[in-house]
Parts: sequence; structure tokens; C-alpha cells
Amino acid sequence: MTGSGPSPPDSETTLAVENLSTHFFTRAGVVKAVEGLSLTVAKGEVLGLVGESGSGKTVTGFSILGLVDPPGRIVAGRILFKGEDLVGAAAERLRSLRGARIAMIFQDPAMTLNPVLRIDTQMIETITAHESVSTEAARERCREALAMVGIASPDERLTAYPHQFSGGMRQRVTIAIAMLHKPDLIVADEPTTALDVTIQAQILYEVQKLCRMTGTSMIWISHDLSVVAGLADRIAVMYAGRIVECGTVDDVLDRPRHPYTRGLIDSVPSRNRQRARLRQISGMLPSLIDLAPGCAFRDRCPRADAACGAMPELAERVPGHRVRCFHPLTDEAGA
Amino acid sequence: MGVFLIRRVLQSVLVLFLMSLVVFVGVYAIGNPIAVLIDPRAPQEAIDQAIHNLGLDRPLYEQYFFFLGNALAGHLGNSFVFNEPALHVIMQRFPATLELTLSAMVIASVFGLPLGLIAGYWSERPVSRVIMTGSILGFSLPSFWVGLMLIIVFSIELGYLPATGRGATVSVLGVATSLLTLDGLRHILLPAINLALFPMALIIRLTRAGVREHLQLDYVKFARAKGLTNRRILFTHVLKNIMIPVVTVMGLLFGLIIAFAVVTESVFAWPGMGKLIIDSITLLDRPVIVAYLLLTVGLFILINLVVDILYSVLDPRVRLSEDSR
Amino acid sequence: MSARTAGGPQATAPAAGAETPFRRFAADFAASAVAVTALVTFVAILLIALFGPLLTPQNPYDLAQLSLWDSGLPPGSVGTDGQVYLLGTDDQGRDMVSAIVYGLRISLGVAISSGVIALVVGTTAGIVAGYFGGRIDSVIMRIVDMQLAFPAVLVALILLAVLGRGVDKIIFALVAVQWAYYARTVRSSAVVERRKEYIAAARCLSLGAARIVFRHLLPNCLAPLIVLATIEVASAVALEATLSFLGVGLPVTEPSLGLLISNGYQYMLSGRYWLSFYPGVALLITIVSINLVGDQLRDVLNPRLER
Repeated sequence: MTGSGPSPPDSETTLAVENLSTHFFTRAGVVKAVEGLSLTVAKGEVLGLVGESGSGKTVTGFSILGLVDPPGRIVAGRILFKGEDLVGAAAERLRSLRGARIAMIFQDPAMTLNPVLRIDTQMIETITAHESVSTEAARERCREALAMVGIASPDERLTAYPHQFSGGMRQRVTIAIAMLHKPDLIVADEPTTALDVTIQAQILYEVQKLCRMTGTSMIWISHDLSVVAGLADRIAVMYAGRIVECGTVDDVLDRPRHPYTRGLIDSVPSRNRQRARLRQISGMLPSLIDLAPGCAFRDRCPRADAACGAMPELAERVPGHRVRCFHPLTDEAGA
Repeated sequence: MGVFLIRRVLQSVLVLFLMSLVVFVGVYAIGNPIAVLIDPRAPQEAIDQAIHNLGLDRPLYEQYFFFLGNALAGHLGNSFVFNEPALHVIMQRFPATLELTLSAMVIASVFGLPLGLIAGYWSERPVSRVIMTGSILGFSLPSFWVGLMLIIVFSIELGYLPATGRGATVSVLGVATSLLTLDGLRHILLPAINLALFPMALIIRLTRAGVREHLQLDYVKFARAKGLTNRRILFTHVLKNIMIPVVTVMGLLFGLIIAFAVVTESVFAWPGMGKLIIDSITLLDRPVIVAYLLLTVGLFILINLVVDILYSVLDPRVRLSEDSR
Repeated sequence: MSARTAGGPQATAPAAGAETPFRRFAADFAASAVAVTALVTFVAILLIALFGPLLTPQNPYDLAQLSLWDSGLPPGSVGTDGQVYLLGTDDQGRDMVSAIVYGLRISLGVAISSGVIALVVGTTAGIVAGYFGGRIDSVIMRIVDMQLAFPAVLVALILLAVLGRGVDKIIFALVAVQWAYYARTVRSSAVVERRKEYIAAARCLSLGAARIVFRHLLPNCLAPLIVLATIEVASAVALEATLSFLGVGLPVTEPSLGLLISNGYQYMLSGRYWLSFYPGVALLITIVSINLVGDQLRDVLNPRLER
């Protein structure tokens, strides 16, 4: 069996995903976007979910929120949010949780805010969808939320339309919206990818501050290890729909065990010496429709051999640090 | 906004002039203006007098200015059949046509929008297939045939509604309208439904396409992530976005069905402008034809202009970016 | 735990044997039973129209074959010579079945010929505009836009008011109404295709403009054109019928379905509904079958609507 068995629901675990599989049934075949995935997020913890595009990280995020659209659906597994299984939960239950107890931040703020509705409309409706408060009271809370994410003169901003804002401002608004009900879990899907580096840094800082302040758990999805490095408590690395390595941020980044993780770390430009050739992981992500049996990273892995024709389990060699590999790297930084 | 407005108005005026030129050339240069504008049955001195009055004895370009001046003043010749100014004859029938087209647009919108929303939201279910097939029938069936069928079913077989004609009218602000009498409503129902089918089919298809397209967009996913109800998402978020093109198309459709009213009015013997033009073509009442032409073309250009302006007003992205210049 | 056996239907491997684009297209088209039925219906109608004179019991416009004694008979009646009038007769003793078939020939003939001419004219204009771009493009498209702003019925009415009645004039009016749609569709395709590399390659080979346009560019713009053609033929049939019904269309000597319906209109109120009804049904089936075929063609040929 993969990874940790079902963990006893305890008040410290906000989210426990067990063996999640989400498949897309397309005309071309079945795309196994997420396969047998398990992870946990403790209260107040930030989990970084890292991988290339197409690794299944966004689909994981949508699965948690119950937002997987046809032709995709969750085919197996459990998603225990504070002990309650979200898979197969009633639509109305999911709706009441979304935005209030579990929130999501998307990648491109230009497309996530409705261009023909004002900011205040879009913020106030989030509040009134879950509580019955007066519009005035709701507006007051919106003002506070905007101030909390560092937006000056919130009143002006509230009556504006999304296209009148810069990208960084819009993303702050979506973060404010996510925080309106002080949710227990926020899933952030590459929220800073579409922004400039400087703004990125600011947003990261704001988010970190907020989470520490409110004790909100977070799953931060990214393809960029450096972003996640400064923010997360634990990291899970995804490849072709499965988690291949997971552990504390120090364990994973300083003592990576999976060859793919090593490859990812090495390919970050700032980690290379000047003038040295940029390291790359050779090859490309396999198609998720016709995955060959065995380790999906086999074709790109310098350490692969015949044994890798079987699928390795996510095993815990060192406490708290799990790897899915038959030939994990040892502490002496091999490969 | 100001610059845009002026530019559009100038464009419309230009097209109007072009059309007037086309009509002028068609009537005066290619056709025989004497035959077109002057009743051939009148005595010779009257004809000569008319020729002089209309400037037909002058060079062509002078005639154009005469024509233009007359047109702007509303003098478009006398109807051969009614012996009254052509424009007057047309304007008398305008309220009836307006009544019919307005009723038809109301029916088309009131039924078309919800049906389109349903077909778009449940686009994979049978109800959507049914609505879409219905809409294909709506715009591909020739409307005169549908009108005949309506008459056969509702007037002849079932006897519920009168087959032809306009009902009793009541005068409101000096304009006669039949919408306020029960008899009037009974008479207008069938022709209005007949006229409404084509625009309704288009509104359904347009709304459905818009809904399907927008439901895929990120802002809908984000709205769902916020925990909004499906009803709110459909009727506030999506509807507001698709209303912009739908409203503009509705404006254009209004212009379109003023022309289609020609057919409906003929089938139901509705005493409007449309029936008048058909009769005039058959009876060769040319001044009326020319006047109708100019009037409809002018109306069209006006509607197109209004719709363009409306579009820029409704879409905050266009409106605000124009303002910030 | 192999990836292959985990839940969900498996994708079948593509069938061995030639999967030509045409076969795939035919398979996609045939996916809709409705569309296939419509296609079969339309082909049947075409054949009936083509071989009409051989199939009908009488030539309804040969006065020698008509018998006034048989006038005004309801459908299914038996006439004086023992023949069964399946759909009744009109006030001159014409067999409605024959009248409808002959009417169909004319309706379809006019619609298809005007469609073909409009296609040629419109496609030429559109492809020239699309390929050469610049000033030529602007001028042509401006004309197209202006024309498209006015409803077809109006334009046709006006042209016919000026030109009078007659088959050639109707065809001219129908062409005038339709060419702009072809022009605009082809131009859009051409503008997209023009930027593609195979055109640049052809230009590098110093091929003449006409050759590039007609042998290289045009074949790739065909898909939307085919869809449009089916829709336009259907609307041409409807428009001609409407104009004839209104009395400004084809002259009495060439009665199309529209004219038949119009003639029958006055008898409707007195109960002789079959004079209008059955020609109307024939018209309906023709138009709807063409439109259904066109609809399926559009779904199949348009990649953007891929689910």
C-alpha cells in the first residue's frame, strides 16, 4: 500500500488525503492526473506541493476543493478535512465549506475576478454566501480584509473594477477574499507565478505573516522550488500524478533522496556556479494516458535499472522523510 | 467616449449619404424618374408642372440636390394609389408595425433568454438538445409557412383566435395602439408569435453559446471556490457577462424584424408598413417604394449606431478605458 | 498495482487499416443518427427533383392532361379516370403530388444555382481580399459589411421591385443576398491561412499569385465554406419561397413551392387546406433536412467545439 495508512483523525491534522486518484475520461483515453496520492497538512502548517506542469499538482488542489470538472472525476481515495470525508459529500455541504473553511487562490488574477462586476460586489457576495450579515457590515469586513493584505485607501478600491488594478493588486484582493472567513485551509495554486519578482516577494511575505497570525494551514502549489523554500514547513514533490518525495523543507532541500528532486534542485539557476552549464533533467514528462508500469521517472533517471520496472512504494527510510524510489540518494549527496 | 461618439455619428451620416446617392442613381439615372415620381395617368399639363417642380428638367447633379433637399424636408412625392404624400401614407401605418415588432421582441426575449440559459447550463442533458433542435426549426422554417400553420391550427381548427387583421385600437398620446384592448391582444397574439420565432431562436443560440463559453472560464471556477450558489453564479456572474453581446444583438434583431414584419403582415393581413410595401410593389406605387426604402435604410443606420453606443456603455472595460484617455 | 487496471474505461487502440481524414470525417458525421437521416432525406429529395417528370403521374402544366371535373378534390380521392389523387387536386384539376414535385424542381433549381453562383462570386471576392490584404481587403470588406447590415428579405425585395419578375432576376437577387456571407467566411479563413508556412514556401517558389490562391490557399479554406454552403442553400430555398409567396418572386409560369402555397392560401379559410399544407410540408422537409446536415457538418468540422 502506498504511504502512510489512514491516520487517526486528530485535532492537529487539518487535512489528510488518502490514496486519492483523479482521472480524466477523454476521447483520447483516460488521463490519470492524480494516482494514489496521500498527504497530510497539520494545523498552521504550510505544505509546499512542487512539480513540473502536468505533474498533477493543480488537479490535486481542485480535487481537495471538489472543483474537478467533467470529463474528470475523483475515482478513488478519501479527503479527510478535519475528520470529515469530502469525497462523495453532498454538493451543498461542499459549497458551504468552500470559501468559508477551505479557500483557494488561483494563479492568474486577471482571469479569476469577474471583469464586469465591481470588487466590492465580488467580496461582499463571498461573505453573504455563508453568513447573513447586512451589506454594510459585510463592506466593513471587506475594508478590513483589504487593509490586512496591505492595500491602502480601500474605499476607492472597493468601487473599482478588476481591470483597473495591477496584477499584484488583484492577487492581493484574491488573497483578501480567501481570508474573509478565516478558513482552516487555503490551497494556493501558483499565486505568484504570474507576477513580477519584486511583487512576488511582497506577496509571499504578506501571506506568511497572515498564516502565522491566524493559524491557517496552507498548501502552496508551485513549480518553483525557491519560492517554496522560504515559505513552507514541509515539501511534497510530485511527478506524473504521484508524490515521489515528502518531508520537512530542510530534509527535502538539503538532503534530497529522490533523483527527480535532486534534478529539480540542481536546475535552479541560482544554485549553479557562475559560468557553469545549467543543469537540466533530460527528457520530458511522460504522457499520462499510456503510462508504462513501473516508476514513471525511469526514462529520465540516471540511476534507473531493471528493478525500476515495478512501481516503488512511498517508503519512510528516515523518520518524517518518505521517498518513492528503489535507488534513493544517500546522505552523501550522490548522483 | 466623446471622440468615439462623434466618429460613429459621422460614419453613419456618411453611410446615409451614400445610400441616398444609391437610391438617387437607381431612380433618377437608371430608372425613369418621370415614371417613378409622377402619376402617368395625370393630364399632360399636370405632368409638365410636376416635372418642373421636381426639377427633372435640370442637369443631373442639380437634381440630386433637389432630391436631397426634398427628402430631408419629407417631400418624397405623392402616392399614386392614395394620392397623398408618400411619407404620410407610410407614417400612418408605422404605429401598427411598431406595435407588432415590439411585441415580437418582448416575446422573443422573455422566452428566449431563460431557454438559452437552461440550454447552456444543462448543455449535456436532453433538455438542451430539445431546445436547440427547436431553435433550428425557429430560424430555418420560412416564417410565412409557420404563420399559415398557426392560422390553420388556432383559427381554423380550434377557433380560438382571429385569423387576420388588427384589433380594436385605443389612442394613447395621439398614437393608436391595439395593445390595450382585449380584442387587440387577441388579434396581435398570433402574428407576434410568428414574428418572434426567428429572433427567439437566435437569442437562444447566442445565450447558450455564451453560457457554455463562460462556464469554462476561470472566474466561474473561482466563484465556485468562494462557495457561491450555482444560481448566483449563473444569474449574476455569467449573465452579466453575456448580456453585453446579447443586448447588442437584440438591438440589431429589432431592426431585422422590422423588415421581416413584411412577411408576417402579409400573412396576417396586418395593416402595417410591411403590407404597404408589398402592395405598393404589386401596384407599382413607386413613390411609396422610394420613400419606404429611404426610411428603412435610415432607420437601420440609426439602430446600428445606437447599438454601437450601447455596447460601449455596457462594457465597463471599454467605457472606462475611453474615459481615462 | 498497474496503471492500466486502475478504474475507468480504457482507451481502445486505433483500428488497424487506413484512417484517412475522409473516413474519420464520415465516422464523425455518422455519429449523429439525426444527421444521417437528414442526409438520406435530402438525397431522396434531390433524386425526386431530378427525376421528377419521370416519376409523377402527370405533368401538371400540360393543360391537356388536366380534367376540370377533378378540381378541388381532397387528398385520397379517386378521379374520373380512376387515378388516385394522393394529395388532392387544386382548383384547376392539377394533381398536387405532381405539382409539388415540379415545384420542388424549381425551388431547388433556383436555390442551388443561386447558391453556386454566390459561392463562386463570394469566394473569389473573399479570397482576393484575404490574400492580398491592405486596401483591397478594406474596400471589399467594407462593401460586405454594409450589405450584411441589411436583412436579406429587404435587399431582395428592393432589387425585385426595381428589376421586376423573372427567373433570372430572382437568381440575381438571391446571389446578391448571399455572396457577402461567402466572402466574409472565406476571407476569415484566408487571412489565417495566409500567414502559414506553406504559403510562404509557395511564394518562395515564385508561383504566380493565382496559382497560390486557387491551388494552395483555397483547399484549406474549404471546411467552413462547405458548412456555409449547406446553410445558404437552405435559406435560399426559404427566401425564394417567401418572395414567391409574397407575389414578387417567380412568375406564375414557373410555380415554385412558395407560389403553390401562395395560391392555396386563399382557399385555406374555406377548408381546402391541402393546397397550402402539403407544399408547405415538402418545403419544410427540404429546408430542415439541409439545415440538420449543415449543423452536423459544422460540429464535425469545427475543432473549437471539440468536447
